[in-house]
Amino acid sequence: MVIGAGVVGAACAYYASLAGLSVAVVDRGPVAGGTTGAGEGNLLVSDKEPGPELDLALLSAGLWRELAGELGEQTEYEPKGGLVVASDEAGLDALRAFAAHQGTAGVESVEIPGARLHELEPHLAPGLAGGFHYPQDAQVQPALAAAHLLRAARVAGAEVYLGEAVTAVRTGPDGAILGVTTDRRRIDTPAVVNAAGTWGGEVAGLAGVPLPVLPRRGFVLVTEPLPRIVRHKVYAADYVADVASGSAALQTSAVVEGTPAGPVLIGASRERVGFDRTLSVEVLRRLAAQAAQLFPVLADVSVQRAYRGFRPYLPDHLPAIGADPRVPGLYHACGHEGAGIGLAPATGLLISRQLTGKQPELDLTPFRADRFAAS
Amino acid sequence: MPTSPSEPSDPYDLAVIGAGPAGLAAAVTAADLGLSCALLDAGPRPGGQYYRHPAPGLGAAHPERLHHGWSAFAALSRRLDAHTRAGRIRYLTDHQVWTAERGEVWTLHATLGPAADDRAVVRARAVLLATGAYERQLPFPGWTLPGVVTAGGAQAMLKAGLVLPGRRIVVAGSGPLLLAAASSLVSAGAEVPVVVEATSYLGYAKGLGTLAANPAKLVEGAQHGAKLLRYGVRLRRGSAVVEAHGTDRVTGVTVARLDRDWRPVPGTERRIACDAVAIGHGLLPQIELATELGAETRETPDGTVALRVDGGLRTSLPGLWAAGETCGVGGADLAIAEGELAARTIAGKPVPAALRARRDRRRAFAELMAAAHRPGPGWTDWLRADTDVCRCEEVPAGRIREAVEVLGAGDARTVKLLTRAGMGWCQGRMCGPAVACLAKDAVPRADSRPLACPVPLSQLARADLTD
Repeated sequence: MVIGAGVVGAACAYYASLAGLSVAVVDRGPVAGGTTGAGEGNLLVSDKEPGPELDLALLSAGLWRELAGELGEQTEYEPKGGLVVASDEAGLDALRAFAAHQGTAGVESVEIPGARLHELEPHLAPGLAGGFHYPQDAQVQPALAAAHLLRAARVAGAEVYLGEAVTAVRTGPDGAILGVTTDRRRIDTPAVVNAAGTWGGEVAGLAGVPLPVLPRRGFVLVTEPLPRIVRHKVYAADYVADVASGSAALQTSAVVEGTPAGPVLIGASRERVGFDRTLSVEVLRRLAAQAAQLFPVLADVSVQRAYRGFRPYLPDHLPAIGADPRVPGLYHACGHEGAGIGLAPATGLLISRQLTGKQPELDLTPFRADRFAAS
Repeated sequence: MPTSPSEPSDPYDLAVIGAGPAGLAAAVTAADLGLSCALLDAGPRPGGQYYRHPAPGLGAAHPERLHHGWSAFAALSRRLDAHTRAGRIRYLTDHQVWTAERGEVWTLHATLGPAADDRAVVRARAVLLATGAYERQLPFPGWTLPGVVTAGGAQAMLKAGLVLPGRRIVVAGSGPLLLAAASSLVSAGAEVPVVVEATSYLGYAKGLGTLAANPAKLVEGAQHGAKLLRYGVRLRRGSAVVEAHGTDRVTGVTVARLDRDWRPVPGTERRIACDAVAIGHGLLPQIELATELGAETRETPDGTVALRVDGGLRTSLPGLWAAGETCGVGGADLAIAEGELAARTIAGKPVPAALRARRDRRRAFAELMAAAHRPGPGWTDWLRADTDVCRCEEVPAGRIREAVEVLGAGDARTVKLLTRAGMGWCQGRMCGPAVACLAKDAVPRADSRPLACPVPLSQLARADLTD
């Protein structure tokens, strides 16, 4: 029984159904109605330092390649590669050291001298010191990816209840999971997967345990449809530091990429302001200015729309994945912050391994939900 | 004309967004009462959609002949001129506001054109949203053919350019705009073989008292009706255009009877030759500047979403007022009354009882009309799988139904994410209501549009500069 029909919940349902389990998915909204629908679809290894999250990302990168074959072109999967650029020598040195360290964990990267950046991205601003190309970075359209994973899970037998809110998670006298109650039905189940993303803390609360998931707001700008002027996922070196930062204050570092449909997407801002949906002119200003710094040609295009979402953020930036030792039968698959699209397949696969009593591909200890001191 | 972002450092007492009937009335009333006022409008001339009129260069001798209530507009224009000359109103034409920031002092960001400097920032202690409405479109097979225009579009062509969309024009849809459009078209020399109205008008019978209290509206309707009778225009009720025919251009339509839920009744189809079709299904309040800030809304009787306001036309956001169509579509007379009323409450002045009564009467009439012309749920039956619903992104009805039935989209937003319907230039203004119906979205809700219009990236990048 999976709570959440975002990309992570869909991946959990998909792998669990394929493993032969009987699966139900419940979401109070539609498919991809929360953070998934507001994501850019980044499947990045380039922004992660060696450690548990990178291991997860590398496992996922391979799974996404397989899924792209199975789900067809409908997820708009593009193995386009990432390009991280540095404006000066000091920045390039830092990138070089970072890439070398990542190499030890299996991340492929190639240094691109400043003079050759234009071979990869003809419209990049002149005068950049250089960059690194990461061929393993890729992109999907997140809502389509979630919807098609869920459709495939349905084909494999999963039941899907959308527009139904979970009102209670029922546990027995021994504390183990018995089932959930929604506003329309009771579902008996020995296992509940909390894939509620940014709202994962509330679901954990229904099961009687704390999980400190907080929203971290992000905006994305969408330009008018353009010919292919941005070929990779292109971002400045500062992005890595922003992703890893724990600060509540606003951080912006433009991540620029084209889409098959034509519009260029410009992310990514990070700030902890609760669930405030109000447009921030300051965020838009910074994203626009940074995008134009990377690609001066963008200054002359029109921004057609903007959207915002709330990343599910846990204090140490790692998701909660796997069985919760505090509640037998409760599994978490949430808190992926801005990397949920990329990390979804690995998360789903690992959960299904645990659910079927098989050895997971990765050690799940770093992702345990009870790692946070009770507060 | 101001084209630079430089603005006086003192905020205005009031910024009015939209120079249609409501905004004009509000701005001149506020200026009469001593408030300093900025009046921003996306267009080059005052009047909005309703009082749209030709550019002076076209040499139209009598633009008033195409308008009801032109004298009211002429009077408002004269007062605007006087206040503008006296410096009490700063009238900012071609200013499209793309976002509003709340505060003790509000900040409006506007775009004027494509260049980095074509931008303006206006600060004001109070804001009145008088951004009017846009047309509700319900697609049907063939609706993207050249020659098929909206009823409002036909009116606009006539009012601004003195041109007709065709020579033999079928007018169809639902709502009072149809009779007005048909009346203008025949006056300008077109043949209108038939006006096809989807409702049976029985809805009016529920509100006889309200009708009796609005004799001017009845006279207006009767005038249209008399003119149509004189020109031999037939009115076919309880029917709809369910298909437009033609290859390069529309050459005819199929009209069918509808049941109570607006489902076409098989076997009742009739073909009518024409070279243009004007379709209108009422108007949708344009309120995204307010809803993006969290302003409360209400569902109107015709299934649209309007801003919720109190008796003084205050929205739920302190410092933000609304007047006219943004509070629920009701036409120019109501908009003028609400503009005046809002200006008085913004200025902290009492509202004269007569003004209050006039506004309440007109508002009640608008709600009655809205209830009578609410689209029935069965209209989607006339869509075929290959009928484009979103014409910007060319998304047919079949793909939208697939997203709903196979992929789990339960609302317009998710349909958009899965099909791109509503992601194009119009940002769902054309297909939004249709997509929501197909998604079986139970409650009409305001579309999310964080940017009220496209903005050049270079202007966004400078949005902090006020000088």
